[in-house]
Amino acid sequence: MMKKTPVTFTLNGRPTAAFADPGENLLDFLRRGVGDMTPKYGCGQGTCGACTVLIDNEPHLACITLAESAADREIRTADCLSDGPSLDPLQNSFIEHFAAQCGYCTPGMLMAARALLERNPNPRREEVIDAIAGNICRCTGYEPIVDAILDASRSYRRSAI
Amino acid sequence: MTVEFRKDIFANERNDDFDQIGHARIRQDIEGHVRGRSPFYDDHQFEGLLHVRCVRSPHHHARIRAINASAAEAMPDVVRLIWPGDIPKNMNTLLSLIDFGRDDEPLLAERKVSYVGEPVLAIVATSVLAAQKAVESVVVDWEVLPHVLDVEEALKPNAPVVNDEYPNNCFDYHDRYDHQKLRFGDVKEAFSQADHIVEAEYQMSPIEQAPVETCGAIAAPETNGRIVCYTSTQALFFSIGVTGKLLELPSSRLHFIGGTVGGGFGGKVDSQHEPFAVLGAMLTGRPVKYMWDRAEEMQYGAPRSGERWRIRDGAMRDGRIIARSFTGFFDAGAYTRLTSYGVQKCTGHLPGPYTIPNVASNIFCVYTNRTPSTAMRGFGITGVDFAIECQMDRVAEAVGMDPIELRILNAYRDGDMKAHRRPAKNCALIECCQVAAQKSEWRLSPAAISRSSIEGGGEGWRAEIPETVVDGEGGIGNRKRQWQDTEPLSGTGIRRRVPVGTSTDHPATGNAPQHEDMVAEVARLGFKIDAGHSVQRPSLSEPSEGLRHRHANAETSFGRALGAGPSLPSGYDRTRPPASPGPARSSPPANEPIPAHSRHERDKSEKPFQRGVKRPGVSPFISGTRRR
Ligand code: FES
Ligand code: FES
Repeated sequence: MMKKTPVTFTLNGRPTAAFADPGENLLDFLRRGVGDMTPKYGCGQGTCGACTVLIDNEPHLACITLAESAADREIRTADCLSDGPSLDPLQNSFIEHFAAQCGYCTPGMLMAARALLERNPNPRREEVIDAIAGNICRCTGYEPIVDAILDASRSYRRSAI
Repeated sequence: MTVEFRKDIFANERNDDFDQIGHARIRQDIEGHVRGRSPFYDDHQFEGLLHVRCVRSPHHHARIRAINASAAEAMPDVVRLIWPGDIPKNMNTLLSLIDFGRDDEPLLAERKVSYVGEPVLAIVATSVLAAQKAVESVVVDWEVLPHVLDVEEALKPNAPVVNDEYPNNCFDYHDRYDHQKLRFGDVKEAFSQADHIVEAEYQMSPIEQAPVETCGAIAAPETNGRIVCYTSTQALFFSIGVTGKLLELPSSRLHFIGGTVGGGFGGKVDSQHEPFAVLGAMLTGRPVKYMWDRAEEMQYGAPRSGERWRIRDGAMRDGRIIARSFTGFFDAGAYTRLTSYGVQKCTGHLPGPYTIPNVASNIFCVYTNRTPSTAMRGFGITGVDFAIECQMDRVAEAVGMDPIELRILNAYRDGDMKAHRRPAKNCALIECCQVAAQKSEWRLSPAAISRSSIEGGGEGWRAEIPETVVDGEGGIGNRKRQWQDTEPLSGTGIRRRVPVGTSTDHPATGNAPQHEDMVAEVARLGFKIDAGHSVQRPSLSEPSEGLRHRHANAETSFGRALGAGPSLPSGYDRTRPPASPGPARSSPPANEPIPAHSRHERDKSEKPFQRGVKRPGVSPFISGTRRR
């Protein structure tokens, strides 16, 4: 049995430490090792985007990221969006636009959208499409998702002012 | 426009004020979705969770000579191997829960595999990686068998037998019919009167449901003798039923939790995971997860069946379609799953949403050495709709008519008689066509614009429905003359087959007459009808007494053989009658047909109704007579 590696990092603003199995990917590490179930497994090969998390504000596919590479980084998952009972404008917008059906792709979608809006709170429709191009949704259809992100961008702009 | 609703169902739980239509409503589960907290099965954590991976067939069709798993067994991270013998009842068919079809699919193949990826051994290990390594270490000695991947090839007499339970490579409807049939009016007559005949072939590929969440289940022993199972299933009670049946457990011991499905689209009804997880948990006493990775989901998850269609339309110069016939082949893959039911749905859907007074269809549910196929978003309906709508465009071209106007002319209207002899109600195709034309700025004639679904239905030419050609019992089925038992798998004998749509010259059944269209289909498919075996069409109205009695004899001998005949090899003890009449054959008095009620009585008393299998009864099948 190979040795486990201790990994310390920041998860959604909280200092966190856990042991990673040798060769373990960040997705399994977050779910199994840390217990944050918001990133989802859809393919394990970097093609579906369900596992999207933010590492130092950049979207990454957790399933093809080594757990050890999270060391000393700032990781954010969909769990960072809400604060107790109150939801992020992005989450509210997804609700209003019916932008989730089964909800399995949603955490990944939200994180991809979040990264975009933090970088560019005034995106054009094409830029939104580009930002979620790596996220597969099999149920909802992409139009409501794009609408929801564009709508949320308005609140992001307002709160930025 | 008033719409009529079924009032007999949930009448007092519903008001018809429609005040919700046009208003956005918030899904009740969406807050969990946007918080990432909706409880998908894989979100449940268990200490000491074990993982399952299966050893799978790399061949389309092969016999399993031997499996050497000693290397896997010796691996420290391997906790348990699950062999076919560990499964209490290793044979099932999904729809046996509703008494439809015979058990034909093992959870783990024991003697042979019939598609690439069929599991033969399951390995429970402490991690997915360890399970995969163990799988790779297993050596299977395969004897590769010839395979068949095409539906029509599979129906040929010398095709390899894919599924031992259905040696003709097609599902047996009601244990007697090798296909599903629809007859309405007289297509043959109508084709001879049509101005245009339009024929075409269509083919649809299998479609994988590809949910973003892959299929899986986690099971763990509870402290009260029950097993808890979190599952991705779309059909929780199917999953409980299947698991209970395969593992011979009462459902009271199965605590199944589902309801949060990461996309299903039909692909999560097959209940392939729960039995492994539950059995693994029982055998190891630990929580066990069986989850497909993406590659397994795409390769081994059952897709919607491929379909092949031949459609023949008879149309008049003015655009009326007066006859439509279908020959369809659904590719069930190696085992039944839900495609047999898809064929039934499909038959109920024909001839599409059009008023056609003469309709005939023969649809086969065919076994091939492909991944078994199952439910997928309107399976049985959407595939043939594609074919039908392409066909409509071809008819429009042939008669020189606008394709939308052709649809408006032929569309069901309220009061038209459908091919299933129910009047059409609440029709709206004409209005849909009109709106579609308007939105796409497609110009329609004033006549087409003024048509309405609620006017003219069941009137004039729309009411003229010819008598339907039926057999002597008033049925339209092509009865199986007999069962041809195949050699059990261990034997070396050549399997005999009943060519589809033909009958063989057999002492118990004689020459069964066939409807001409079936004979033509048989000839077209290239089946050989034995030399010297004449397939004749009987004269229109006189029932053939001799034939009737030969059948009566045959049934008597079936009855005897079931009770006292030679026993079938174990593992093959179906209630299917043997191929040849038993030696103790006794004939009823030559000229006395067995009254229907006494047949019924005997059926009841003789008990071979295990697993929903009905014994073939007497079938004085006379085709070509007309019902008055
Ligand atoms: S699970 Fe990471 S991209 Fe699909
Ligand atoms: S909502 Fe089901 S995959 Fe997107």
